[in-house]
Amino acid sequence: MADDTRYPLHRRRLMQGMAGASAAALLPWSARAQAPATAAINTTGLAVTDSTVTVGILHSITGTMAISETGSVEAEKLAISEINAQGGVLGRQIKSIQEDGASDWPNFAEKAKKLLVGDKCAAVFGCWTSASRKAVLPVFEQYNGMLYYPTFYEGLEQSKNVIYTGQEATQQILAGLDWVNKTRGSKTFYLLGSDYIWPRTSNKIARKHIEGHLAGCKVVGEDYFPLGHTQFNSVINKIKLSKPDVIYAIIVGGSNVAFYKQLKAAGVDLNKQTLLTISVTEDEIGGIGGDNIAGAFACMKYFQSLDNPNNKAFVADFDKMYGDKSVIGDVTQAAYLGPWLWKLTAEKAGSFDVDKIAAASPGVEFKGAPEGYVRIHENHHLWSKTRVGKALANGQYELVYETAELVQPDPFPKGYQ
Amino acid sequence: MGFLNRKDILFIGLLATLVLVVLPLGLEPFRLNLVGKYLTYGFVALGLVLCWGDAGILSLGQGVFFGLGGYCMAMFLKLEASTPEATKIQSTPGIPDFMDWNQITELPLFWRPFHSLGLTLVAIPLVPALLALLVGFAMFKRRVGGTYFAIITQAMAAILTILIIGQQGYTGGVNGITDLRTLNGWDIRTDHARTVLYFVNGGLLVACLLLGQYVRRSKLGRILVAMRDKEDRVRFSGYAVADFKIFVFCFAAALAGIGGAMFTLQVGFMSPSFVGIVPSIEMVIFCAVGGRTSLLGAVYGALAVNWARTALSEAFPELWLLALGSLFILVVVAFPDGLAGVYRKTFDPALDRLLPWLRRRPAAHPPAVLPGAPVASVE
Repeated sequence: MADDTRYPLHRRRLMQGMAGASAAALLPWSARAQAPATAAINTTGLAVTDSTVTVGILHSITGTMAISETGSVEAEKLAISEINAQGGVLGRQIKSIQEDGASDWPNFAEKAKKLLVGDKCAAVFGCWTSASRKAVLPVFEQYNGMLYYPTFYEGLEQSKNVIYTGQEATQQILAGLDWVNKTRGSKTFYLLGSDYIWPRTSNKIARKHIEGHLAGCKVVGEDYFPLGHTQFNSVINKIKLSKPDVIYAIIVGGSNVAFYKQLKAAGVDLNKQTLLTISVTEDEIGGIGGDNIAGAFACMKYFQSLDNPNNKAFVADFDKMYGDKSVIGDVTQAAYLGPWLWKLTAEKAGSFDVDKIAAASPGVEFKGAPEGYVRIHENHHLWSKTRVGKALANGQYELVYETAELVQPDPFPKGYQ
Repeated sequence: MGFLNRKDILFIGLLATLVLVVLPLGLEPFRLNLVGKYLTYGFVALGLVLCWGDAGILSLGQGVFFGLGGYCMAMFLKLEASTPEATKIQSTPGIPDFMDWNQITELPLFWRPFHSLGLTLVAIPLVPALLALLVGFAMFKRRVGGTYFAIITQAMAAILTILIIGQQGYTGGVNGITDLRTLNGWDIRTDHARTVLYFVNGGLLVACLLLGQYVRRSKLGRILVAMRDKEDRVRFSGYAVADFKIFVFCFAAALAGIGGAMFTLQVGFMSPSFVGIVPSIEMVIFCAVGGRTSLLGAVYGALAVNWARTALSEAFPELWLLALGSLFILVVVAFPDGLAGVYRKTFDPALDRLLPWLRRRPAAHPPAVLPGAPVASVE
């Protein structure tokens, strides 16, 4: 969802401390004895000892982004504690160092550098907005670090030093448009977005797909609003006049609250008017209010309500660690994948060396993913299914469609640029 | 060096030694680069001492000038990084990547001059100074001052941020201008380059400090102080008060612009998060903590506050903002004149007793400060 200042949501529990280090003491001696020698699995001077490996967590826990990024921090800590409980990675317990990006892009760059140069972290799980990722990317490339980035984003990027565990734009957009065209016979689309890189790129891809790949379909309007915009009445009138089959909305942050409330107040019934969004997860619904958005469709890769054993266990563990009534959105789940994918890759590579992790990443599959199953593509994005959910008044999504196959990530889509 | 007394020479020498010798010897390259970043705020703080401390013009929009200088530098570096070969996957190779993402197919006109390093170096102090001239002319000629002026500078910060974010095809939007690589073919990302840039930055800062001290010790500097304390009297004595205010505002803006450019070079990108209201107020805080009537104090203030920011956020990632806020309140309540005030009250008299020869000015110069006139001091 890239850049965003979200409405302060209802939830959020107190952060809980990590129990990684103390778990190391409880580990049976035999497990450690089998561990490969440190010199063999760490040839580049990362923070790896005979019993521990250090990773970084780099999200905003203060500032406007804290409300969005807290879920990612929680998911990453949950994954790390689960991995530690199972014996760690290559026989080493994971120790995490957390730094605060403070919703400030240069600060992200400073802290990324500290984690890589000062702390020698073997991997870093972090960043949320595109701006923060753009700020740290040169740092990770220069100091050869490994970043696991959880947010769905605009694509147009690929790096040896980043694993993108969220979906890139084409994965999230094309399947949803096909679905709405096929099952609901929609022909006309009105594109809306907050005014920055992610919605603009996403709508560009959507427009190319609608006009070039869906027979007889067209875009009847396209409008953008500054971040934090709250006056949608004029565009709602324009929408009412042009009567599109689908409102395609990529509005982020607090603007969502105003948009859906004003839509409802203007008499647009989302049970009759199809609305498809790629920017509203369960997290945002908390701020919007389930009643205001019920009936809308969202297209992403994960919903908290997914009915599979992995997800049931994940939600239960999340509730257990952070208290009941957790709200888990798409990005939170993607953040949970990061530590697991890193562990699996390190074990496949038999090493913590960043070059070896980067090289071994393609093909790594995680069968325990709450979303079902994911695999890392050669381009360091994930193969994943795309799903459409229908918003319910209780703040959850009901799954109405999922792609039969995994969707290939394509950060530089030909014909869509 | 007639504008420096012995004490000035001693303390500026101490700062130069600290910045150019002690810190580089004692810190690893990563920490040194951080100090370099802190010092870029020192340029802004120097300007604020002249503008706010001396002339009494509180500007809450110094981030604008810092940002403009930084953006000028970033535009040059970005154009250099956007060679047709490096950007061949784009629809239009040869333009910055964010323009391509925003369906812009030709380099906008106002970007063209930034192909030239010479023009860029001229633009870095000049563009901020020109904006300051415009704003200063419009405000001071109409005798807008005090709180109203502060509010207007703050509005200026908000306007520029909105403009940069809104025109993302031309400015990079919220993301800013990122992934800057080389300066005239010289890779600025290596540790060696960062160290060189640190010394350039430190040297420039000392040079700007000397320039600032020169202005303060000149007749102009004394008029500024007089203006702050009794503006009407200065006006009735026949001085064009507005012109002096415009000058000092432009001077502070140019200094901030230089700081911004050094920031871009050392950090490797520029974004609207340095331009807005919050960073502009933070810059005033650096100056307030250091002491707003002392050039050296302002530099130490910028160093101390930023160092505390880094140290506290590393030690208490969840509580650091609270800790930093408390520290500000404590400093302002306990030491209203900042670090420089503490020095003046306690250390300065002791120093005079210990080393009485420091008090005497170089013999060749008559006393520059008349008895009873406000004394601009650097300590």
